Amino acid sequence: MSSTFEAIANIIAETCDIPRDSITPESHAINDLGIDSLDFLDIAFAIDKAFGIKLPLEQWTQEVSDGKATTDQYFVLQNLAARIDELVAAKGA
Amino acid sequence: MRIEYFQLIDRIVDLNLADRTITCEATIPTASTIFEGHFPGYPLMPGVLLVEAMAQTSGWLVVAANRFERMAFLASVKEAKLRTFVLPGQVLSISSHLEHEGSGYAVLNAKIKCDGKVVSDATITLRVLDFPNAQVADEMRKLAERIGLKFEARADG
Repeated sequence: MSSTFEAIANIIAETCDIPRDSITPESHAINDLGIDSLDFLDIAFAIDKAFGIKLPLEQWTQEVSDGKATTDQYFVLQNLAARIDELVAAKGA
Repeated sequence: MRIEYFQLIDRIVDLNLADRTITCEATIPTASTIFEGHFPGYPLMPGVLLVEAMAQTSGWLVVAANRFERMAFLASVKEAKLRTFVLPGQVLSISSHLEHEGSGYAVLNAKIKCDGKVVSDATITLRVLDFPNAQVADEMRKLAERIGLKFEARADG
């Protein structure tokens, strides 16, 4: 498992009071973990701070609304970790 | 402070977008029906209204930082502390610092001073959204001008 996944799993566990061992790379933040949009703001804030990035939540939401993406692409944790890694890499480029 | 209209900020004293800070002033009215109930014979400024004053101050900073293209809505309040009683007629100095501007949200640290002493502080999260309609945007601009918020359109259009 990637260190990015570990980091976001710990953030979610702490922010949302979800048992850490119930959070897996395949977990969907909304559908499986029951995280609502307000709690996700806290998670996004913690991720933004931890990785020095700005998760493009509005863009992702718009893409899902427009049918151009699925929530799985952004909210299944292993996919979220991959998106974060891309953002961190882009920042350093 | 137009307390019955929930417009709790009298004027913007300082706005520094480079430092991402704002300071507002507000004088609590000496008389209001609110004080008849909170509490009869012992009028106190309700703590929730102090929190609201910090939220409104934070909101003006976010609106200014977004060059008046977006509006801020209260999403969450953390670690709100009401450190001492605040009375009718007292003058509040309300300040806020934009700690983080995320995608569609902002996190700010706000506090209220009265006679130089911190009376309340909180961490405020605001959702940052498009104005729901043109009327709201227009009314907010009028209110901003009334309290001394100067804004400029984005140079890039």
